[in-house]
Amino acid sequence: MVETSQTESPQPLLRVKELSKSFGGVRAVVAVSFDLYPGELLGVIGPNGSGKTTLVNLITGLVKPDAGLVEYQGRNITGWMPYRVARLGIARTFQMVRPFAALPAFKNLIIPLFSPRVRSLSGGKYGDRDSVAKDLLEEVGFERDSSVTYKPAGSLPHGYLKRLELAKCLALRPDLIILDELFSGLSIAELAGILPIIEKLLVGGTTIIMIEHRLRELFRIANRVVVLNYGRVIAQGKPADVMEQPDVKEAYLGTE
Amino acid sequence: MVVKRKRKERIDRGIKARSDDIFALTSFREMLYVAVPPVLPVLLLLVLPLVLPLYWKKVLISAAVFALLAMSWDFIAAVGMVSLGQALFFGMGAYTTGVLDHYAGLPIWLSIPLATVIGGFLSAILLLPVIRLRGVYFSMVTLVLPLMIERIIEATALFGGTEGITGIQSFPNQWVEVYLVLVVLLLCLFGFRRLMTSDYGLVLKAVSDNDRAVMSAGINIYWSKAQALFIAGSVGSFCGAYLTHVYMFVGMPAFALDYSILPLASAVVGGMGTFAGSVMGAMILVPLSEALRGVGGLRTVIYAISLVVFIVALPEGIFHYIQRKYHQFERWVEVEG
Ligand SMILES: Nc1ncnc2c1ncn2[C@@H]1O[C@H](COP(=O)(O)OP(=O)(O)O)[C@@H](O)[C@H]1O
Ligand SMILES: [Mg+2]
Repeated sequence: MVETSQTESPQPLLRVKELSKSFGGVRAVVAVSFDLYPGELLGVIGPNGSGKTTLVNLITGLVKPDAGLVEYQGRNITGWMPYRVARLGIARTFQMVRPFAALPAFKNLIIPLFSPRVRSLSGGKYGDRDSVAKDLLEEVGFERDSSVTYKPAGSLPHGYLKRLELAKCLALRPDLIILDELFSGLSIAELAGILPIIEKLLVGGTTIIMIEHRLRELFRIANRVVVLNYGRVIAQGKPADVMEQPDVKEAYLGTE
Repeated sequence: MVVKRKRKERIDRGIKARSDDIFALTSFREMLYVAVPPVLPVLLLLVLPLVLPLYWKKVLISAAVFALLAMSWDFIAAVGMVSLGQALFFGMGAYTTGVLDHYAGLPIWLSIPLATVIGGFLSAILLLPVIRLRGVYFSMVTLVLPLMIERIIEATALFGGTEGITGIQSFPNQWVEVYLVLVVLLLCLFGFRRLMTSDYGLVLKAVSDNDRAVMSAGINIYWSKAQALFIAGSVGSFCGAYLTHVYMFVGMPAFALDYSILPLASAVVGGMGTFAGSVMGAMILVPLSEALRGVGGLRTVIYAISLVVFIVALPEGIFHYIQRKYHQFERWVEVEG
């Protein structure tokens, strides 16, 4: 079903070509290339320190690449500032959730809701940001009118922080979202709550890159996966095929 | 045997919790509780010029100017820019009004507002190249910039060089003079406090909290910072323009270190992040400095010691301390143990 999307749409949404970045002597990302097609969910997996977060930072502009190319909708966005990338409709979550601790949970969403992207998408008006924020929180599983919505974000339990992180992303009404280990630290029950949200986004046509250690959950929803090891792509393809490759077994499964 | 010990408890006054919601105010007494803190100091400030002798009226003017500079400092500090150079803003406004008055012959009611805006704009432009610097690097540049401009004026004899520009228009009378700065002070105080609780202010504060997250949310933090610099620069420039017309003179001292350090001290002593603290700090430190004039040589030493005492005794700042005492009371309770 979804796998046909690759052959049908000639134009990738995101194209990463030979992207490289070193920190001092550490080659964090080495000549990474992949294409991402509209509506796809691409999984990025690999052991700790294999360069996954750096790859996200390179795409979203928080880190400038040493070499290589990032193209979004055919436009070269290599090295753009993060806010310009975000304005194009690429939103990301952070692996290390660091909310605006003193603000009530829903007020955390005011920041993306204040962005020029949201204003132009709403026809030049911002509208009632507080109520939009509360709707977004409900969308990611905050109970409507629960006190959690109004609590300082710094006091929220981990599961809520992760969902708040996702809501911040969604506030931008993105076309592409990049989730950096969104599932980490979540209980099975919490996962069961958040997975349908991701699936709903996919059905709605959002393209997703998902960095994930929880392979079982990832493989259920991913169309393709890219496997990184020491900054290099060692395999990419359908989840089941990739896991059969000896390189991957050795580098990734060997450590699990 | 039971030993009786005493423990100190800190309790929010019942009304504190309720007064967060305006509809909960049920009695005249409770309304007073909420209304007194903002209204009383405002009345005091507005009545003071009527009762003070001329000399202390001048001190009040000076304190008001430093209070404004301190609020300007506090504002950009909240956006993550720690300035050691409020003198830049002050000097920009001072020289702009001086030039508008002396060379263009503009009347005072035009030169002050124009200098406020132009000075703010120039200040922001000058700091634009270093807007990406963080922490102490930004601070160093702000410290050096006004001192550098001072030397440039000296070396090039620009705008009167070391002589400065004299014969600048004064205010029509002392009442206009003193009430102008007090009204601007109050407008800035309530304006800043309101701004920081708005969504715009919330975004500005978030920039200092986690700039990577703000950028990733699609907000150009450098544009936000530039806007903050313009606002703070305008407030500082108003101060410079205003005092230039009070002294009827502008010269190199407009970029002096005093205008950088005293505002910072006021904000820290008074309590950062509240603006009311900045005003309190300046209203205490400036008169204190004046009162110490009689002491002679040891003035600076005594002044420095009292600064340290304030900061050590009330690290949260005077405003936060008073606010806490107002909303809470402490009592001793017996504990068995
Ligand atoms: N800002 C940085 N400065 C120096 N080294 C970094 C930086 N960011 C990442 N690295 C290094 O790059 C490598 C890849 O890190 P990262 O991208 O976080 O991996 P992953 O997300 O796959 O765990 C690691 O060795 C890490 O120490
Ligand atoms: Mg990572």
